[in-house]
Amino acid sequence: MRTFLSIIPWFCFPLLYLTCLWDAVWAEDRGNGKEENPPILRWAAATDSNVPFAFYNEKNELIGFEVDLIKAIAAEMGRKPIFVPNDWDGLIPGLGRGLYDLVICGIEITPEKEQEVAFSDPYYVTFEQYVNKKGSENIQSLEDLSGKTVGTLTQTAALAMLQRTPGVKVKIYTQEINAYKDVANGRIDGVLLDFPIAKYFAYPNPLLQFSGPQFGQLLYGIAMRKEDKALQQEVNAALRKVIQSGKIRDILSYWGLWTPTIAAAFGLPEEPSVPATGYDEFLTKYAEKPTFLDWIERYVNYGPLILQGTLVTLHVSILGMILAILLGFTLALIRVYGPEPLKWLVTLYVEIIRGTPLLVQLLFLFYGLPNIGIKLSPLLAGIIGLGLNYAAYEAENYRAGLLAIPRGQMEAAQALGMSQLQALYYVIIPQSFRLVLPPVTNDFISLLKDSSLVSMVTLLDLTGVYNRIATQTFDYFGTGIVIAVIYLLIGLPFVRLARSTEEKLAGAKKGQNKNFVLIPVATMGYLFNKRK
Amino acid sequence: MQTINGQNNPILCVNGLKKGYNQMEVLKGISFTVEEGDLVSIIGPSGCGKSTLLRCLNCLEILDEGEMEVAGVRISRRHSEPIPRNFSQLAHNLRQKVGMVFQQFNLFPHMTIRENVAIAPRVVLKLPEEEVQERARELLRKVGLEDRMEYYPSQLSGGQQQRAAIARALAMKPRLMLYDEPTSSLDPELVEEVLQVMRNLDAEGMTQIIVTHEMKFARDASDYIIFMDEGQIVEISDEDEIFLNPKDERTRKFLNRWIKE
Ligand SMILES: Nc1ncnc2c1ncn2[C@@H]1O[C@H](COP(=O)(O)OP(=O)(O)OP(=O)(O)O)[C@@H](O)[C@H]1O
Ligand SMILES: [Mg+2]
Repeated sequence: MRTFLSIIPWFCFPLLYLTCLWDAVWAEDRGNGKEENPPILRWAAATDSNVPFAFYNEKNELIGFEVDLIKAIAAEMGRKPIFVPNDWDGLIPGLGRGLYDLVICGIEITPEKEQEVAFSDPYYVTFEQYVNKKGSENIQSLEDLSGKTVGTLTQTAALAMLQRTPGVKVKIYTQEINAYKDVANGRIDGVLLDFPIAKYFAYPNPLLQFSGPQFGQLLYGIAMRKEDKALQQEVNAALRKVIQSGKIRDILSYWGLWTPTIAAAFGLPEEPSVPATGYDEFLTKYAEKPTFLDWIERYVNYGPLILQGTLVTLHVSILGMILAILLGFTLALIRVYGPEPLKWLVTLYVEIIRGTPLLVQLLFLFYGLPNIGIKLSPLLAGIIGLGLNYAAYEAENYRAGLLAIPRGQMEAAQALGMSQLQALYYVIIPQSFRLVLPPVTNDFISLLKDSSLVSMVTLLDLTGVYNRIATQTFDYFGTGIVIAVIYLLIGLPFVRLARSTEEKLAGAKKGQNKNFVLIPVATMGYLFNKRK
Repeated sequence: MQTINGQNNPILCVNGLKKGYNQMEVLKGISFTVEEGDLVSIIGPSGCGKSTLLRCLNCLEILDEGEMEVAGVRISRRHSEPIPRNFSQLAHNLRQKVGMVFQQFNLFPHMTIRENVAIAPRVVLKLPEEEVQERARELLRKVGLEDRMEYYPSQLSGGQQQRAAIARALAMKPRLMLYDEPTSSLDPELVEEVLQVMRNLDAEGMTQIIVTHEMKFARDASDYIIFMDEGQIVEISDEDEIFLNPKDERTRKFLNRWIKE
């Protein structure tokens, strides 16, 4: 058992070292761009479900009209654009947190949003387009939608419009493709979404039709921190040049998004300047029915990405678990043997952690702590979040393990002249370690699964990779199976370890001396384990 | 203070020791003396405070009131005085000189019995490893377990476990051994081997205090017997005298069934 204790550092140090290394890279990567040559422009967008704005093609390259646009703007500014991925919901918080300089992600300029961020001049003008099933009635106004079920995406102008219209049943989707699918198969009556989205997903679909007039006027703007006034002016100046030089017409024409509305807004000719190659390529890819071989090939191409996600998941889980074990163990010792006020604090900690969702804790660590000046890298936030959370559960495991050791053991050790610490180290802890090994191993397996939540703090772990690939391939089914298999494979050795330690304990029980109670503890461990 | 043989080499002096749990007084003023080399048996009905007394002598409990001097370590406390600040230091010093053997053996189940014996010399006395192992081997030989050294406690019989526990206590080279019903959880046929170990130790001159229900052993092996009842020492007598001619009515009652045997 002393050997067991002594291997922990061997695990810890290389991994901690890796973390430091990783964080150093991360810190460098996000260092202030102003001193670099050329200076860096850090921009963010959500790439999941974000066609045609910014998305990954099957070669895993980031493309889209906003990608081209920001490159053109950065070129005018004489800056090197660096892309920082984030979730749609995390885009604005990440901006405030200083993860990047600006966000370009089809964000509509609205008075409410202007309270939070500074916007550039509009770079695209568009409207909401209603889409329903081919052959159904043509609506004239939003009021015609009364009594109908209409789908849209979260946090969009379309959603606000629908909610203002009486009698409309709104269904909120996270994937535009699913919303349109539901129209095609009759689950809902129609979808109201920004024109570019409708153009890409509904227009080519023979089962769907555009219906009714253009609703509203949407202005897309680049979001920046309110205090970055200089950056705002710099971006606006560059945007003006991109518009005046006609570069913006080329970009939007290429993506099939050059409309009379936008031409009028920028005072440029109505007809597209180049063929809509980007649009056509997307449609071809989208319409393709992949064969099984294509399917295999696709995942082979995604191999490196999947491997990277697997490593991130393993890294976060293993370090998180080591932190949880060390901290949980300390907490348990305090709770059982510590002085009164400390005991009380530890109990409070355990109750708070166990009483709040892990996701809330992670978001708090990552987006909340910067408010008091503590900025954790995504990786550290993930590790610390998982570690602190599971420490509370491990503490309970260890406490059960410590309490299960008969009192006579401590007394015998003390009667031999050992101090309390020596008795703990040589006598109590090694025995309770063996008892808690099965529940702790089981906890590691749950931690491995819970680690999927770190994708919410911008880490590209296995779950993040799943989202990325599925939104590129529209294949939640196949990708889901691949990712699930990987999770299972990672967990498998630990499942086996848990089972074999359980069996060993059960086997050892037969020959144990009378007061060495194992079954109740093992059971307790499992009860604690079930609480999730 | 009651003294028995009038010799002048006391290793243990207890005077007016009181101990209670919560409001209940368990030991109501215990005083006695033990000389170097004595084997003393403590007998008495269940619940009279024998275990509590031993636990106080070994500082597993702190006395509420009274004074005791064990193997040169003096602990005293006046009525409702707070626990002396150096108590844990005193307890530590005292335990280096006093070995304790429990009814339930309390061997460490995750160690072989050789390790059980070796652990205290290694981590408490910090002896060199060679000496530690030498001592462990020698002591296990002494209690007749030289061929079981690599066994785990769970692989041994009760009698063997208790002998190992005695060897473990002896590893600290104590001047005084305390036993709390060392044979009570043993099958009858295993009792003798443990008692024999204690007789041998007595022959070597070890001072031993034994709480026991083995009246025959108490009578045969003890230098004298202490009879306790309801937290008090009722009678301290020569081993034969207490059986043949108990002074106190309560002693007579308690011993009645043994005398008849
Ligand atoms: N930790 C404790 N807390 C409260 N009361 C206790 C505690 N330990 C012992 N007692 C009480 O003190 C009294 C004496 O107990 P003790 O174990 O010393 O008796 P004993 O003479 O050893 O009995 P036995 O022969 O059954 O072992 C009993 O009434 C018991 O209930
Ligand atoms: Mg007792």
